[in-house]
Amino acid sequence: MAHINRENGVAAGRLDPTQVADNFTDLHPEYDGHEALVAADRCYFCHDAPCMTACPTSIDIPLFIRQIATGTPEAAAKTILNQNILGGMCARVCPTETLCEEVCVRETAEGKPVEIGRLQRYATDTLMASNTHPFTRADKTGKSVAVVGAGPAGLSCAHRLAMLGHDVVVFEARAKGGGLNEFGIAAYKSTNDFAQRELDWLLSIGGIEIRYGQSLGDGITLDALQSDFDAVFLGMGLSAVNALGMDGEDKDNVSDAVDFIAELRQASDLTSLPVGRRVVVIGGGMTAIDAGVQAKLLGAEDVTIVYRRGQEAMAASSFEQELAQQKGVTLICNATPVGVEGNGSLTGVTFAYTETQNGKLVTLDETFTLPADQLFKAIGQKLGDTPDALTLEGGKIKVDDAQRTSAGGVWAGGDCASGGDDLTVTAVAEGRDAAMDIHTSLMGAS
Amino acid sequence: MADLTSNFLGISSPNPFWLASAPPTDKEYNVRRAFEAGWGGVVWKTLGMEGPPVVNVNGPRYGAIHGADRRLLGLNNIELITDRPLEVNLAEMTRVKKDYPDHALIASVMVPCEEAAWKEIIPRIAETGCDGFELNFGCPHGMAERGMGSAVGQVPEYIEMVTRWCKEATDLPVIVKLTPNITNILMPAQAAKDGGADAVSLINTINSITSVNLDAMSPEPMIDGKGTHGGYCGPAVKPIALNMVAEIARNPGTHGLPISGIGGVTTWRDAAEFMALGAGNVQACTAAMTYGFKVVQEMISGLSQWMDEQGYNSIDEIVGRAVPNVTDWQYLNLNHVTKARISQDDCIKCGRCFAACEDTSHQAITMSEDRVFDVKDDECVACNLCVNVCPVEGCITMETIAPGAMDERTGKPVVDEYANWTTHPNNPSAAAAE
Ligand SMILES: Cc1cc2nc3c(=O)[nH]c(=O)nc-3n(C[C@H](O)[C@H](O)[C@H](O)COP(=O)(O)OP(=O)(O)OC[C@H]3O[C@@H](n4cnc5c(N)ncnc54)[C@H](O)[C@@H]3O)c2cc1C
Ligand SMILES: Cc1cc2nc3c(=O)[nH]c(=O)nc-3n(C[C@H](O)[C@H](O)[C@H](O)COP(=O)(O)O)c2cc1C
Ligand code: SF4
Ligand code: SF4
Ligand code: SF4
Repeated sequence: MAHINRENGVAAGRLDPTQVADNFTDLHPEYDGHEALVAADRCYFCHDAPCMTACPTSIDIPLFIRQIATGTPEAAAKTILNQNILGGMCARVCPTETLCEEVCVRETAEGKPVEIGRLQRYATDTLMASNTHPFTRADKTGKSVAVVGAGPAGLSCAHRLAMLGHDVVVFEARAKGGGLNEFGIAAYKSTNDFAQRELDWLLSIGGIEIRYGQSLGDGITLDALQSDFDAVFLGMGLSAVNALGMDGEDKDNVSDAVDFIAELRQASDLTSLPVGRRVVVIGGGMTAIDAGVQAKLLGAEDVTIVYRRGQEAMAASSFEQELAQQKGVTLICNATPVGVEGNGSLTGVTFAYTETQNGKLVTLDETFTLPADQLFKAIGQKLGDTPDALTLEGGKIKVDDAQRTSAGGVWAGGDCASGGDDLTVTAVAEGRDAAMDIHTSLMGAS
Repeated sequence: MADLTSNFLGISSPNPFWLASAPPTDKEYNVRRAFEAGWGGVVWKTLGMEGPPVVNVNGPRYGAIHGADRRLLGLNNIELITDRPLEVNLAEMTRVKKDYPDHALIASVMVPCEEAAWKEIIPRIAETGCDGFELNFGCPHGMAERGMGSAVGQVPEYIEMVTRWCKEATDLPVIVKLTPNITNILMPAQAAKDGGADAVSLINTINSITSVNLDAMSPEPMIDGKGTHGGYCGPAVKPIALNMVAEIARNPGTHGLPISGIGGVTTWRDAAEFMALGAGNVQACTAAMTYGFKVVQEMISGLSQWMDEQGYNSIDEIVGRAVPNVTDWQYLNLNHVTKARISQDDCIKCGRCFAACEDTSHQAITMSEDRVFDVKDDECVACNLCVNVCPVEGCITMETIAPGAMDERTGKPVVDEYANWTTHPNNPSAAAAE
């Protein structure tokens, strides 16, 4: 019988190491060769394929699947990476159920889409296992570009620029690259240090220098970047978090879900990571689900995610919601926090029920209190401080169709820029598109 | 319940499913188990001359073509006739026939093309109590190089001659097994008939190279760096076999000659199709080699369910039933007009019909912005390509345009009467004949 630590409060080692290791294995395990062939064979090679339209990076899905089916997964990988250099990570983290697989005609036909994500992983893993990089750099252009942030947007932009012959310097605030691939994505989606392996592989094209511990706004100014480089790309994501704005938010064991996840992703030994016996998560998006599920997998006895609107309004996909429920996480909808209980340390969270009346969310009088040793806030990330020269729109850096900001010679993409969903794949698409536009404008100008 | 009892050439068997002469029928151990599993009869693995038996290669003998999920679609082999001594086979056949008097046991034979050889071996084999003979004029590899098998089957005169020798040597039924490796199946069939054959069986395997090893640059199966052509069989050869069976069944010269249908029989439906085209029974080999003897149970239950549903009582009622509807192209009704119809409810919007028609046919399918696919009646020639490429069965169908209604493509109303190429104004011979 596996050992379970039922101690109240926030404690490490709630489960056996083997149990924890088991809990954090790959969510969608990799295919073996035969499985991949069978899965690939289900693709109809659609004309003007709907899946391709639904992919934010427009990967030629029918083509790459056919390349797998004919025994050339390396060629398939090249088809994928040509459009999406982080195709390996996207294969693991894309909410395919709301993207390519949602519109797959076999989903329409029988409710079982072609497993595009897993096939994509099979192809990209095969290529990466061969330790080769399928792209080479064009002749040097003599131009240099500054990229801020080594997350998916910045890396995608940097890679494309390097490929086109430009020299790239990436300024990254943290000591490690990858952005949320490294610090945010749920551990069971990116196993075996995949984010770092993919980063190293991506950089092997050459021409990209990453300067770690260098922050825009902290010793580096946009003006300086503009004058030192031929172009600037901003991909710094959303570095601030929304606050509840409630008394007691500063109590012990009340924290931001993203911090908990980042700590979890960096932990070398998951059993050393403390987690509450009873955990409450506030929010309704992917971050709330990931924090809740991972707390549960670490051994929290009760995990409850509380969302203020109805379930249909949750930003997390139904697949994610089901995953949470399957792991034993409780979802409570239509309840909003009104009090954080406890003397110094947290003991519970009080919620009031809500109701939508005439399209407006109304807080009702009736309340309930959930006992809690740990509270995670997952009510959204927001843009950190940004240079004044940039016009904002809806709390994000305003960009046009070509990812140009309001400042001359400055492009932006990913979570920090307006437009598009906050997804890894969208960040990759925007970084790539910005690179193409930077290239056009730099080369046209010469 | 339909009666599946088969009476082919007076040889009765509990059902029309026989195992073809091949590894499944190579020895007593197999054949007993095949009968227990439900097979109606067997054609014993081809016997050769007395004396030291042939030897097989000691490397791989099979190559294969796979479909989705490694479903075996075609098999290729370079095996020879039995490699066990004649006396051993004869003793086993005698024992088996004694224990299974109600099952068919046919002896397949191949000896050199000499009268004495055939006349010596046939009566000797008859002593086993076997129900008849099948002359193997079909094996396309190895034996053919020695002047046997398909080397005989490709020369109608030899077929006729050897068949006659055999008929003179026995009163038992003689079936001539034909090779498909010829240009016109009617000639060997006619020769067999002329020689006095009681029936023909077809097809034996088709000359083939299934694949090439691109590293070693050798055909597969590869033996010490080299390969040779083998005999192709399994589901992939069924269409070829069906046509050859139908040709023999409908040709006036060979019509009525009993046929044992072979080639890719894998399910009850395959068997029913062979029989509808004139085969009195069927033989299978690859199906058993792929799935084991038990596969016959599906063939039995399927055929009997279908016969019940259709109201057929006996095998005789289905044999040859489709033969009158096999005709020459020139007699097809050119006034019969159909158009493709897409069921929007069933359509999953894959666009395959569009790509196929647009790129390779008649540009008769339109695709709207929101992926609605429609047929343009004024362009559709009713070729059926869209029906064949659509992944949803029954989604695209061919609708017959009623006589009197307009054919949008020609701009003329559909004519009621039957008219074929022989009388068509564009046919130079038709004009000359008038
Ligand atoms: C918990 C969580 C789970 C998620 N799960 C998924 C998922 O499963 N699937 C999915 O598709 N998406 C998921 N997302 C969203 C996805 O991670 C983001 O959309 C994506 O990472 C955005 O990429 P980015 O490059 O724009 O930003 P980020 O990944 O945030 O990268 C920004 C980088 O810029 C650096 N930086 C920030 N400020 C500065 C500065 N001033 N100077 C220099 N460097 C700076 C940061 O350190 C970071 O490395 C998740 C997000 C979170 C928070
Ligand atoms: C391995 C193998 C060996 C065969 N040996 C013989 C044989 O000895 N004599 C013969 O008449 N046919 C032989 N055949 C041909 C089969 O009897 C049969 O005609 C052919 O396989 C087509 O039927 P199928 O598609 O059901 O396999 C052999 C076929 C295979 C696969
Ligand atoms: S929609 Fe589905 S079946 Fe069609 S090409 Fe895409 S993956 Fe293949
Ligand atoms: S039947 Fe042929 S011509 Fe008509 S729509 Fe289909 S593919 Fe096109
Ligand atoms: S092939 Fe069939 S399912 Fe696909 S679009 Fe055409 S009609 Fe629809």
